[in-house]
Amino acid sequence: MPPLAHIAVKNLRLAYGSKEVIHGVTFDVRRNEILAVIGPAQSGKTSLLRCINRTIDFTPAARVQGAILVDGEDVRQTGDVFALRRRIGMVAPLPVGLPLSIYDNVAFAPRCAGVCRRGDVDAIVEQCLRQAALWDEVKDRLASLGTRLSGGQQQRLTIARALSHQPEILCLDEFSIAIDPVTTMRIEDVLKELRRQMTIILVTNLTQQARRLADRTMFLWNGAIVELDQTEVIFSDQPASRKTYEYVSGIFG
Amino acid sequence: MSTFLGTRFTETPLARRKRRQETAAKWVFGAMAAAMIVPLLLIVGYLVRLAWPSLSLGFLLDVPVRGMKEGGIWPAFVGTIYLVFLSLAVSAPIGILAAVYLNEYAKDNWLNRIINLAVINLAGVPSIVHALFGLGAFVYAARFGYSIISASLTLAIMTLPVIIASTREALASVPRSFREACWNVGATRWQTIRSVVLPNAISGILTGVILQVSRAAGETAPIMFTGAVFFKAVQKGDLFPYGLHDQCMALSMHLYTLSTQVPGVRESIPYATAVVLLGAVLLVNAAAIAVRVYLRARKKW
Amino acid sequence: MTQQLTPAPADPGLAVRRMRRPVWAVVGERALETLIYLCGLSAIVFVLSIFFFVFKEAFPVLGHGKFSLREFLFSDQWYPTSEINKRYGVLAMIAGTCSVTALAMLLAVPFGLGAAIYVSEFCGPRLRETLKVVIELLAAIPSVVWGFVGLTVMSRLIVRYTGAPVGVNVLNGGVILALMSVPIIVSISEDALKAVPDSYREAGVALGATRWQLVWRVLLPAAKNGLLAAVLLGVGRAVGETMAVLMATGHAIHIPHSLLDSVRTLTANIAAELGEAPEGSDHYRVLFLTGVLLFTITFVVNLAADFFVRGLRRK
Repeated sequence: MPPLAHIAVKNLRLAYGSKEVIHGVTFDVRRNEILAVIGPAQSGKTSLLRCINRTIDFTPAARVQGAILVDGEDVRQTGDVFALRRRIGMVAPLPVGLPLSIYDNVAFAPRCAGVCRRGDVDAIVEQCLRQAALWDEVKDRLASLGTRLSGGQQQRLTIARALSHQPEILCLDEFSIAIDPVTTMRIEDVLKELRRQMTIILVTNLTQQARRLADRTMFLWNGAIVELDQTEVIFSDQPASRKTYEYVSGIFG
Repeated sequence: MSTFLGTRFTETPLARRKRRQETAAKWVFGAMAAAMIVPLLLIVGYLVRLAWPSLSLGFLLDVPVRGMKEGGIWPAFVGTIYLVFLSLAVSAPIGILAAVYLNEYAKDNWLNRIINLAVINLAGVPSIVHALFGLGAFVYAARFGYSIISASLTLAIMTLPVIIASTREALASVPRSFREACWNVGATRWQTIRSVVLPNAISGILTGVILQVSRAAGETAPIMFTGAVFFKAVQKGDLFPYGLHDQCMALSMHLYTLSTQVPGVRESIPYATAVVLLGAVLLVNAAAIAVRVYLRARKKW
Repeated sequence: MTQQLTPAPADPGLAVRRMRRPVWAVVGERALETLIYLCGLSAIVFVLSIFFFVFKEAFPVLGHGKFSLREFLFSDQWYPTSEINKRYGVLAMIAGTCSVTALAMLLAVPFGLGAAIYVSEFCGPRLRETLKVVIELLAAIPSVVWGFVGLTVMSRLIVRYTGAPVGVNVLNGGVILALMSVPIIVSISEDALKAVPDSYREAGVALGATRWQLVWRVLLPAAKNGLLAAVLLGVGRAVGETMAVLMATGHAIHIPHSLLDSVRTLTANIAAELGEAPEGSDHYRVLFLTGVLLFTITFVVNLAADFFVRGLRRK
C-alpha cells in the first residue's frame, strides 16, 4: 500500500561546519499538492530543497542527519543518486541558460539519462517547452543559444529543463525574484497545470504568491518549522502562531 | 562667470604641485616600462641585421656542411618539431586530465593540497635538474638511451605543470551556476564536464598548450643530455629523418653549439639560427594570443 | 529556422523515468574518472621521481670515505679531474650563483615593479593590452637566445664601455638574467596590484590623493605579500637558469671580487661538466649532488613564494 505522503521528512538536521542551519524539522508533503515554504532570508529554505535532491552533497562542509523518504525510500541511502535527481525537478532562483542551443538545453537531461532515439528526444523537447509556456516563442529558433534569451525566457527554459526528465516532484526556489511580473504570472499558471501530474514544493519570499498557489503553507524560521497548515489558516487572522501572523502581515521579515 | 565661481574652481598652488607630481610619476614609471622593451627591440634589431646575409628559405632547408661552418639548419629544425610534437602529445592529455581532476573532482583534503604543492614545485624545477632527471630516469633506468624518446619525455615533464595551471584557470572561468544547473537534472560529474565545462574552457586550454610549444622548442639543457646531438647526417628537405630511438639535432642545441663549440663559422650563421629560433617562438606565441582573442570574442555567455 | 520535429511514438515521460544508462556507458565513465584521478596523482609522482632519480645517482658518493659534505658546501676548491688530489668544493659556484642573482634582482625588481605600477595604475587600456602582450612575448624568449645575446651583443658592449678584457662576467650574466626575470616579476606584481580592492582606490581618490600618493601609501603596502611573492619567483627563476648564464658568465671557477670577473654558477657547472664526467664516477655523482642542492634551493624559494601568493588569491 503506497504511503499517503509523497515525501516524508523526519527530524532533518543540517549543519555547515559547526553551525546548524536546520534544527530537526519533520513534515510531510502530500501527493499532487502545492506546498509553499515561506520565511525570511537565511531560514534554511534553499538548504532544505538541496537536502531533498541531494545537491547538498556538493557542499563539502555540509553534514546532514535524519531521514528524507520519497515514496518510503530514504534518499540518503539511495544507490543511484542521479536517478533520484531525475525524479526531482529543481528550479533555481537565478535563471540559468546553459551555453548550448535551446534544443540541447532541454535535451540535455534525457540524453544524460540514456534516451538516444532522435524521435524520443524531439518529442520530449516539444512537450517540455509547451508545458513551460515557451514553445511558441522559440519554436523557430531551437538551434540558437540558450544564453541569449531574456531573463524571463531563461527561467521558463529552466523550467522546461526541469520537466525534461519527467520528475514526480518539482521544487522551485524563489523562481520569480529575477523575472518580470508578467512572466511570473505565466509561470504560476503553468504550475497550476502541472500540479495535476506532480507534487510541487514552492519556496518563496512572496507571501502573496504562496496565498495564490499553495494548498498548504509552511512557515520556516531560523531553521525550524513555526507552523504548517492549510494556506487559508496561515493567512487568516488566527494562525496557530503569533509569529506567523506577524510575518505574513509584514510586521517583520 | 561670477568671481564667486572663479575662486572656487581655479587651481591652487597645491593642486598644481599635485598635478606635476602625478605627471612626473607617470613619466618615471612609463620610462621603467619602456626600459624593458627598448633594449629588447634594439637587441632583436641587431640580431636581425647581423643575421641578414644568411636568412633565406634555403637556409632553412639546407643541411649543415663543412663541419657546420656553412650551410643550413634543416635537421635541427625538423628535430625541434619532432621533440615538440612528441613531448606535447604526452604532456597535454595528462596535464588537461590532471587539471580536470584538480578543478572538478578534488575535495579540499590533505592529498589534494599536496598535489597542488607538487604542481607548484614541478613548475619551479631548474631546467638542468630536469636534464639530470631525464638522464637518470629515461636514459639509464628506463633503458631508452640517448634518444628522441628520452628527450621528449624529459620535455613533457617540464611542460606539464604549466599546462595544468593554465587548464585549471580555463576550467575555473566557467561559472559554477552552469555546473549546478547540470547536477540538478541528474547529470553525473563527467557528463557535466564533457557537455558544458570542457567545450567552454577550450580557448584557455588551447592557448596554454600552444604556449608550451614555444617553451619546448626553446629549451636546451633538458635535451642536451638526453637525446640531442651536435651533428647528424640528414638529407636536405627530408621530412622524416629520425626514428624514435635515434638522437636528433635541435634548433636550440644547434645555436648553443654553433656559438660555443665551432670555431671559424661564418658570422651570420649563428645569428641567423638565433633569429629563426626567436622568430618561430614569437610566431607561435602570437598565434596563441590570437587564438585566445578570437575564441574569447565568441564566448557563449 | 523551423526545426521539423518527428511525432512522438509513445509517452516519452515513462521512457525517461524508467531509463537506465547502458552498462557500457557507466563502466566507461568510471574508467575515465579513474584515469582522471591517476593523472591528478601524477604530479606528485613526477616530483618525487625527479628527486628520487637525481638523488639516486648522487647518493653513493655521500657514503664515500674521502667525500665530505662540509667540504662540498664550504670549500672553493673544485678540482674534480686532478690526478692526485680530487677536491669537490662548490663554494665558488654558490658565490657565482649568488652574485649573478643578486645583481639581476637589483636591476629587475625596481624596473619590474615600476613597469607593473605603470601598467596597473597609470596607463590607458589600449596601451595596457599592448604592454601585456609585449611582456608575454618577452617571457617567451628562449634562454639559449638570451645566452647568445649575452655572448655576442652584451659582451661587446661591456668590452667597449668598461675596458674589461673579457665580456663574459658577472655584469653580463646579471643584466641578461635581469631581462629574463623582469616579465615574471611584472606579471605577478601586476596581479598583486590588481587584487587590491577598488574600494581602497576609491577611498584614496575621495580624500584627494594623486595617483602617485595612492600607489605609495595605499597600494604598495596593501599588495606587499604579492609583491614579495613576485620577487621570490624572480629569484627562483634566476637561480635555476642554466643556458643563459652558461654562455654569459664565462668559465672561471673562483669567488668573484668585482662585477667584471668571470664566474661559474651552480647550474652552468653541471651543464659544462656533465658531458665529460664518466658515468658512475665520483665527478658524475657530485654533479648530481649539485642538482640535489639546486632542487632543494628552488623548492624552498617556490614554497615561500606560493605561501605569499596564497594570501593574495584568498582575498
